[in-house]
Amino acid sequence: MRREAPKTITDYTPLFFPGLMLVVFFVVPFSTMIVVSFFKRDPAGFYTPDFVIDNYARFLSVFFGSVLGFSLMLAVMVAICCVAIAFPFTYLLSRCSRRVQTLWLVGLLSVLSLSEVIIGFAWSTLFSRTAGITNLFVAMGLMEGPVALLPSFWAVLTGMVYQALPYTILVLYPALVRLDPTLLEAARTLGASPLRAFFNVVTPALRNTIVATLIMVFVFALGSYLLPQILGRPQHWTLSVLITDQAIYQSNMPFAAAMAVFLVLISLALVGMTLLVGRKENAL
Amino acid sequence: MTDFTNRNFSRRTVLGAGVAAVGMLTMPAVLRAQDKSLKVGVYGGYFKKSFDEHIFPEFTKATGIAVESVAEPTGEAWLVQLEQAAKAGQAPADLSMMSQTSTLKGQSTELWQPLDTSKFKHYGDLLDRFVNKYPDGRVAGVGAVAWYITLVTNTDTYKDAPTSWDALWDPANKDKLGLLALASNSFLLEVTAKTFMGGTNALDTDEGLEKAFAKLAEVKPNVRLWYRDEAQFEQALKSGEIPMGQYYHDVTGLAAADGFHVRSTFPKEGGIQDSGNWVLSRASTKVEEAHAFIDYMSQPAIQGLMSRKVGTAPTLKREVLDLKPEEFAAVSSDIEPIIPRYDLYTSKSDWINQKWTELIVG
Repeated sequence: MRREAPKTITDYTPLFFPGLMLVVFFVVPFSTMIVVSFFKRDPAGFYTPDFVIDNYARFLSVFFGSVLGFSLMLAVMVAICCVAIAFPFTYLLSRCSRRVQTLWLVGLLSVLSLSEVIIGFAWSTLFSRTAGITNLFVAMGLMEGPVALLPSFWAVLTGMVYQALPYTILVLYPALVRLDPTLLEAARTLGASPLRAFFNVVTPALRNTIVATLIMVFVFALGSYLLPQILGRPQHWTLSVLITDQAIYQSNMPFAAAMAVFLVLISLALVGMTLLVGRKENAL
Repeated sequence: MTDFTNRNFSRRTVLGAGVAAVGMLTMPAVLRAQDKSLKVGVYGGYFKKSFDEHIFPEFTKATGIAVESVAEPTGEAWLVQLEQAAKAGQAPADLSMMSQTSTLKGQSTELWQPLDTSKFKHYGDLLDRFVNKYPDGRVAGVGAVAWYITLVTNTDTYKDAPTSWDALWDPANKDKLGLLALASNSFLLEVTAKTFMGGTNALDTDEGLEKAFAKLAEVKPNVRLWYRDEAQFEQALKSGEIPMGQYYHDVTGLAAADGFHVRSTFPKEGGIQDSGNWVLSRASTKVEEAHAFIDYMSQPAIQGLMSRKVGTAPTLKREVLDLKPEEFAAVSSDIEPIIPRYDLYTSKSDWINQKWTELIVG
């Protein structure tokens, strides 16, 4: 197939629709949010158009700083856990027969049909004292009596990893399927054990895919606000939970917008830094 | 109270939406048949369903005014929509059910048309707390529905019912409580003030508020769940996972009637009474119909009907009602209720919310 660079404006027409969608559904709402974040809040009513930085100033406190720090830490941990589980899993999956692969992928896709609410409530039941998995351990004689495993940080982490894992696998899958099998054969011929070949050949060969997946899961996890509420204590609430409180319950749109803008900027900066570091290392 | 509309009726809501959609298609015919009509906003889900089924048809029969009910979204979103529509001269609903805090916020922009109370036959029978006035005395809203938040327990875990809100502070209840997550819907500052500081007037000053916050901080180790979503707590209460907390009196009563081992208790300091008003958007032209509606809704017979069918507490004095003692007890109590200090959530809202969030998150 011959590829030509687009020459006339009509060659660009296929881009108009996605471009328009991007403007309508991303650029316009995001710009509105930035504008609102500078409006003046009226505690007794709504807000008035203005240009004040109070909303950003209020955010710059130890309290919100620590909530932001926790949210970022949680998202990073979810990303690392997901990739650590999904990468070896997807690698093994890509070496299975076609039929087994299809079955697994259909199963994973069906997990995606579960909403965050269902996942949250299902895990809260599984972790409960009255009906949870510890009852099973008691029946097996492993534990004295049932205990509640929630609310806790680990419950939040488990729920969020569960939610993000199918996405992680589906993102990694194409790259791993397309991985040249001769690379591995060469490594094995040269005497590497399967484990060694996996870590020294497969993993470095897919570095960029892994970094991209980490970023995707990180961004995905950063927006989570339901699971921390259902499975965690208030100290495990993410910034998204506090944004929702401000927007929906206190109708403090300017402050909610300022927090959201801040969150977007911080995560963009982190993603940028990751890409930059990756590029430098690649250059070496 | 915002989450009141979010009760676990989601499936019914979906079904309701389908029915409503079919209803919309047939609506023009209905409207043509009636000379007069009124758009009434009610909290979506359970309330809208109950009103559509038991209340609105009776009103249309009695007055000849057709009612088109509009489901209000939760939170203050509806207030914001009404405000923005009014600026454009539109009224998505003529009358709306509006929470007390939202009613006060709407006052700040004169969003509500003052009501002519001489048109309400039973105005004098309304309890004072159900008349919402502008600072200059004009009436901005009249009580629409009221409900109680009480002290609820699982009867398997607690053989005897607690008698006072101070049970929340009892060290024996460590990690056993489910409480609402926001200052403005849990009203726990008011509970603290009434239980330990002699009344909600103690919250008039900043020092009083600080003291209430300090006392409330002692509850934290006992709290297992700070909930925004009612289904989350209701399920845990029924199973005994979280055996004590604050919850809605009427829903707990329904659960107990269904055989779940739960009970709702009015503590000696009183249950928390929250309520919504009927308010008339300034963009509405249906002033006469709206007054007829509020007049109709404020009759003792209709308040009784609502208590029996919808489970709301009456807005009228008890002596004019025809409720039997057990019917009254199912929705209310003779113990003087704790009335939330709604004024605080407009005048000091940001300060209180910030302190509250730091208290429970920190």
